This record gives sequence, C-alpha cells and structure tokens, in this order.
Amino acid sequence: MSDWPILSVVTFLPLVGALFIFVVRGDDEVAARNARWVALWTTLVTFLVSLLLLPGFDAAAPGFQFVEKKPWLGEIAAYHMGVDGISLPLVILSTFLMPFCILASWESVKKRVKEYMICFLVLETLMVGTFCALDLVLFYFFFEAALIPMFLIIGVWGGARRIYASFKFFLYTLLGSVLMMLAIMAMYWQAGTTDVPTLIQHGFPAQMQTWLWLAFFASFAVKMPMWPVHTWLPDAHVEAPTAGSVILAGVLLKMGGYGFIRYSLPMFPDASHYFAPLVWTLSVVAVIYTSLVALVQEDIKKLIAYSSIAHMGFVTMGIFAMNEAGLQGAMFLMISHGFVSGALFLCVGVIYDRLHTRDISAYGGLAKRMPLYAGAMMVFTMANVGLPGTSGFVGEFLTMFAAFQKNTWVAFFAATGVILSAAYALWLYWRVIFGPLEKESLMKMKDLTPREIVIMVPLVFLTILFGFWPAPVLDMTSHAVNFVVARTETAASAAKTAALLLSH
Amino acid sequence: MPSVLPPLGAVLPELLLAVSAILLVLIGAIQGEKSANLINGLAIAALVAAGVLVLLQPGTTVVAFHGSMLVDPFARFMKVIALLGAAASLVMSVDWLSRAQQARFEYAVLVVLASLGICILISAGDLIALYLGLELMSLSLYVVAAINRDSVRSTEAGLKYFVLGALSSGMLLYGASLLYGFTGSVNFAEIAKVATQPSLGLIFGIVFLFAGLCFKVSAVPFHMWTPDVYEGAPTPVTAFFATAPKVAAMAVFVRVAIEALPNVTHSWQQIVTFVSIASMVLGSFAAIGQRNIKRLLAYSSIGHMGFALVGLAAGTQEGVRGVLMYMAIYVVMTLGSFTCVLAMRRDGRAVETVDDLAGLSRTRPLMALLLGALMFSLAGIPPLAGFLAKYYVFVAAIQAGLYALAVIGVVASVIGAYYYLRVVKIMYFDEPAEAFDGMPGELKAVLGLSGLFTIFYFVYPAPLIEAAGAAARALF
Repeated sequence: MSDWPILSVVTFLPLVGALFIFVVRGDDEVAARNARWVALWTTLVTFLVSLLLLPGFDAAAPGFQFVEKKPWLGEIAAYHMGVDGISLPLVILSTFLMPFCILASWESVKKRVKEYMICFLVLETLMVGTFCALDLVLFYFFFEAALIPMFLIIGVWGGARRIYASFKFFLYTLLGSVLMMLAIMAMYWQAGTTDVPTLIQHGFPAQMQTWLWLAFFASFAVKMPMWPVHTWLPDAHVEAPTAGSVILAGVLLKMGGYGFIRYSLPMFPDASHYFAPLVWTLSVVAVIYTSLVALVQEDIKKLIAYSSIAHMGFVTMGIFAMNEAGLQGAMFLMISHGFVSGALFLCVGVIYDRLHTRDISAYGGLAKRMPLYAGAMMVFTMANVGLPGTSGFVGEFLTMFAAFQKNTWVAFFAATGVILSAAYALWLYWRVIFGPLEKESLMKMKDLTPREIVIMVPLVFLTILFGFWPAPVLDMTSHAVNFVVARTETAASAAKTAALLLSH
Repeated sequence: MPSVLPPLGAVLPELLLAVSAILLVLIGAIQGEKSANLINGLAIAALVAAGVLVLLQPGTTVVAFHGSMLVDPFARFMKVIALLGAAASLVMSVDWLSRAQQARFEYAVLVVLASLGICILISAGDLIALYLGLELMSLSLYVVAAINRDSVRSTEAGLKYFVLGALSSGMLLYGASLLYGFTGSVNFAEIAKVATQPSLGLIFGIVFLFAGLCFKVSAVPFHMWTPDVYEGAPTPVTAFFATAPKVAAMAVFVRVAIEALPNVTHSWQQIVTFVSIASMVLGSFAAIGQRNIKRLLAYSSIGHMGFALVGLAAGTQEGVRGVLMYMAIYVVMTLGSFTCVLAMRRDGRAVETVDDLAGLSRTRPLMALLLGALMFSLAGIPPLAGFLAKYYVFVAAIQAGLYALAVIGVVASVIGAYYYLRVVKIMYFDEPAEAFDGMPGELKAVLGLSGLFTIFYFVYPAPLIEAAGAAARALF
C-alpha cells in the first residue's frame, strides 16, 4: 500500500480535475454542466482515495505514516508529506466535505461555473496539502495559497458586500501569517532545518520560544479565529456563497487548531505553558461574548458564524489544557464542528436558494411546509448546542472536562457558554421552523429536493453516529495526541512553576 | 612577455554590443526610418547573442583591464537578467514601433547602447568603470525616455529624468571622489584593503555614492522621478526602464557594498536599512491612491527595490543570493505586467487607468488569469514566484538579526497586497468594460512565458537558486 505516493495523489488529484475543467473551452450550458460533473467526480474519487488511507493506517504506531520525502527548495525546504492521528481525520474531513460543496452549488451557482469549480478543486488541494505537509515552508505554501481561491470565491460569487468581505478576509489572514513566516525563518536558522519531525524534537531556547509562539499565535489565532481577531469571519461567512461558508467553517478554521496542536504545543512547550492562561482567557471571552452576540443577530448566517467562533473557543481551551482529554476533545470538536457547521450552512443555503434572503424575520413556521428540512435542521441544531447523543456533545464535554482539571473557573465560564449556545441555537430554530406559517412568501416553499436529501442524509447519519460512537475518531487521534501531551509535559517541567503561579 | 592586447575574451559580450550598435546606426542612417523594424529585430538578436556569450563565459573570475572589469559569476548572472529584460522590452515594442509616428530606428540602437552601459556597469571593478558604464546607460536612457518627441508627456519625462539624473550623477561622482581621496584608490579591492575603519570622509563618500545609486534603483528618498517617468515615457520604454537599468544599478550597489566596503559593513548597513524600510513603506502606501496603472507599477517597483535591498542590508552571502533571486524574479514579473499594460488598447488608443481592466476575466480570461497571477506574485503570496523571492531576502535578514527590518518589511508587504488585490478585484469582481483590441502575438508570448514562470516556478526552483548561490559566493 505504501509503495505508491498516496498522499500526493490525494493532494494533487483535485488539480487534475481543475486542469481538465480548465482546458475544456466554451462558456455555454454544456461546458457548465461538464464542469459540475467533472468537479463532482473528482471530489468523489479524491474522497475514496483518501479512504484508502484508513486500512493502511496504524493508529498505535509512533511518528508519521505514508511519508514521502523529496528534495525541493535546496537546503531550505524539502517536499515532505506524511500523516499521523492528528492530521488524518482532518484530511478525510476535507475530502469528505468537498462533494457536498459541489452538490450544494449545483443550482445556486449559475455564473462562471467553470471558474467556480476550478477554485474549489484548487482549494481542496491546498487544504489537504496543509494537513499533510511535514515541512514548515511547505506547510506555509499550502496554508497561504489557500487564501487565493477563497478570496476569489467570496469576491466573485459572494453577496452584496462581497468585496469588503473578501479584502478583509485576505488582508487579515495575510497579516497574521507573514509573522509566522518570519518565525519559520528564525527557526530555520536556529535549528538548521524546517523539517517538522526534527523540529518537534528540537527544543528551542525558552526566550526564543516566547517570540516564536507569539508569531505562530498571530497566524493561527486569526485563522481560528479567536476573539478579538475574529471580526473577519462573520463578514466572510455572510458574503460567501453557501459552499464557501461550508469550507470556511468546515475546514479553513481547523487549520488554526491544527496548527496549534501540530506546531505550537510540541515545538514551543515552555511558551505554551506560559501563555496557556492567556489563551484560556481569550477562549472563555470568545465563548461568552460571541454567544451573546449571536443571540442578537438578524441574519442566519451571521448567527452561525458567531456560533462557530464560540465553538472554536472550546477548541482552543481544550488544546491549551494540554492534557489528553483536552486535546482529544479539541480534535473531536473540530471534526464534529467541521460537518455540523458545514451542514448548518447547507441548511441555510437550502432556504436561501428558495427565498434569497437570510433574514431570520423573513421565515417562520417552515415545519409545516418543509418537514424533512425541519428534521434535518433539528439534528444539526442539537449537535451545535452539544446535546448528548449528537457528535457536538463529545467534544464539548471533553474540552470542558479537561479545562476543569486545569482551572475550575475556566470550565465554569465555558459552561455558561453552553447554556448561551442552547439559547441562541434553539431560539433561531424556533423562529425559523416553528410558529405560525403566516408569511405569503413562505406558502410555496418546497421541501428538500432529492439532491438536497442526498446532501443531508450522510451528514445527519454521521452527526448521530459520532454522537453515540465516537470511538473511531478518538482511537485514531489518541496516540498522536498522547505524544503531544508527553512532549509538552517533559519539556515544560521547568516552566510549570511559573505557569502555576500565573494561573492561581 | 605580457600580451600587447588586453584580454578581450572577457569583454566579448560588450564588444559585440558596441559593434552592433555602430552597425545598426549605419543601417539606420542608410535606410532611414523605414528600417525601424529591421533594426529592432537585429538589436534583439544582438542582445540575445550577447546573453549567450555571457552564458558561455567560464565560471571563474576573470579580471580584465587591470582590475577595471570583473567577469565573475555574479556579473554573469546579473548580465543575463539585464539582457533578458532589454531583449524582452524590445520584443514588446515591435507593435508599438509599427505604428507610423513612432517608427524610429534610434530607439533600438539606444537600447543596445544602454545595454552596453549596463554590462560595463555590472562588470565594473573600479569607480571609473562604474561611472563610465553608468553614464553610458543614463545618457541613452534620457533620450529613450523622450523618444516620443511630439508628446508633451514623453518629453517632460525625459527632461525630468535628465535633470534629476544629472544631479544624482553629480552626487555619485562626488562620493566617488571622496572615497578615492580617503582611500587612495579607485579599485574596489584596493579600497577594501584600506577602508578598514570608518572615518568621517569615508562615510561621507559612502553616503554620496549610495545616494547616486539609490537614485538609479529608484529607492526612497530618491524615487521622485519614477512615477512621472514611468507614466510619461512610452510603455515599452517604461518596461525597459523598470527592468535592465534597475538590475544593473542593483548589481553595482551590491558590488560596491560587498567588494569595496566589506570591512565597514556597519557604516553602510544603516543607510541601506533605512532606504529599504522607506522604500517598502512608501511603495506600499503611495500606490494605494494610484489610478493610472503605470504609476501604480512605478510605486510597486519602488517597493520592490526596498524588498531587494533587505537582502543587501543583511550584508551576508545569503542576503546577496536573496537580492539576485529577487531581481531575477522581479524582472520576469515586471515584464509580464507591462505586456498587459501594452495590451490595454481600445480602438487603437492606449488606455492606462486601472479601472479600464474592469471585468477582464470575462472579456479575456487568459490574460486576466496571468495578470492576476502576476499581481498575487508581486504581492508575495505563495506558491507564486514572488513569494520565494521575498522568502530568500527575509530569511537572510532574519539570519543577520535585522528583526525590525524584517517585521516592517512583511507588514509593508501586507499593506502593499491591498493594491495588488484591487487590480485582481477590478478584473474579476467588477462588471466588464468594453473589450480591449486584439493582443499582438509577441506580447502574448512574453506574457505567457512570464505568467507561466511566475505560476510554476515553485515546481522546480533549484536551478535559479543554485545559480544565484554560485553568483553570491563569487563576491565573498
């Protein structure tokens, strides 16, 4: 199985599809249909190939698997790919969500379909590459390049304020990332390599760790996004087309969390301990503040966007608890939030395609006209709230459990966020789905089409499956996560006293 | 017994250029204006031939004319890039020359003469050769800027460039004379031996010399001529201005700093750092308000010179390698961008505002794609070539401990990204304006090559990195 470069295939297969769409000329309906089908098949095949990683993957084995290494940028960087229990679930999440994005855009995207599909396929390559890269420069390549297709997706196919949103998204994220680039350069000179497995073992001087940690934090915190650098996200979400929001919430935000787990914790353990209270504070503020903000939103997408920020607050809290439960929970929450928030945006897309408005007040009483839709949306809303029995519960519970072990107050305040999240999510559901069906425009709303049912069913299934049986994900991540925990603990024993002093 | 003739083999490319310039003048004088296209073609051939000769020269360092001319890997690398820029800008002017009132054979001849000056400048081993090369280049450029003599803007650009250029030459000469006075030699190697301690006179000399060089690379605070000249000169001329002369000036900047003043690095490092920061910041901010695409590219080039100087400010071998890579990639990106400016014609008339690009992605998808890639590359977004260019200069700055410079530089690059993004936005997000006229084949070729290089450079970057590394080693 490992004799063919499977990771490179998964990464670059979408590019082949994109190239195919690119060379087929013509702007008419036929070309558009071709583009849709090629994109769908490409993403499906990519997903299936990425599933082939599972049987060959040994969750208990240490280190990285399916490793590929080739010379690339001379002494500065190599083409080094590989996955472990942390990156593999995210790779599969990315490839899994892509066919849904293509399907969701099947009818709603009418102009420049070819370019749209090319953008998405290129984006898939860059996302998968980000999670597979085992060289910092290579990682940065994928991480940053993903801005270009997303910028175009928001800007070309977005809503009314798309230009403002796309610029804000691009420049905000770029500003965070360039500082990380400088940190990568500094690490290169200190350690003589940008190879990730080597750097994880390297051990940077404590003083330097602080600066490097801050530079990486600048990038990942914007990407996550963490309060107070989250303001680009609601704008980007509201203006992006449905599929763009799905990818943004489902995968792009996870790059930040992945970055913390893969780079910040094991490479700068001392600094991570030192800054953990800061991250906790920001996380808790994010959870409570953005939940409150979500309560007053008039726009459905904006509400879900703010709820995403709150969930990412749980993720950062779990990550910087730096124990097994916290990291496991954070990983699980990222996976779960990946398809739950994606599904919620798809749900918004369903009604937006029919009514072309996202104002909550424009809806009400949809349950009568659209029972299937109401059912699907209920599952995802419950998962968003974190109801036991849905996938959202496992992650939130584990992160809060982990935070409780480290600091009771953090867990306490985070728990209030759970209550608030129930409030805004249920209230949204009530306003949109229940109540009297009075509005004239809603009378003719049709329930889910077969295409939309195909989109919703797997997501509903996974949401409930992972709620009752989280073991597949947890088993996969457990070894890799334990390695990170061990790394932070052994390296940071000296810094522990300082961290304790600060947190109590 | 020493040979009577100087070692001419080392300066074969320069000889070729000089001879062909004379021959081209003769042809032009005999055949008159109608030979413009023939002369243009021959000039391109001469420049390419000179480039091939440079490539064929041995990889060792050859000293000719008693140290006045140095032919080392560094000079060869820079000459190839400069000749590439010159040849490409002549290729780009074919269509422009074919328009009746602009058919002047002198144009190609002057470009060849300027290229000769550029080659001498790059190879200069002492201050005299430096000045000779610089003046030969500059005098040709003054005339080229005003080549469209019936246009007020063009003549104004030429005059402006001449007055300011003469001033900067004066400053450079003054600095050179101070250097000579305080070290007793004009030869870079001799100066390096004597100039081991910074003295007041030496620093004064360095300041004036660098001021002159900053003018030629259009670095802040000597950048004022750039937007006006870029805007006023005919576009192919601007493309030439933006590439070959800047490469030459940057090459001699690096050579003087590294070869003549290696022991007083701290004295000039501050100057270069300041100039670099000022250029990056001004280039980023001033371009935001520009509506004319040529002015926009002028400010962009000011910013890019600032980024290239980051590598020189590091003062290390890695830094010089970064400068070399930066200049090579910059030249390719700039040529591509200017082909797009040249292609901006409606009903036979050139249009120059950024807004004229509106909706280009629908009227000309391929041109929009390539120009978009060039813009992202100029902004320094991976995986495009411009990112790697920035990476190599900043990695050197970090190694040299210039953290403040690096942080200011990357922040400036983010601010600069705004106006490059705006070009992309106008092309992709806005409603289409009227389509442009057809693009001549030679412009398509240059744009295609430049765009493909920019997009796919990351796939196989090793050759350029190694060549730049070898060139940088030659200076240390």
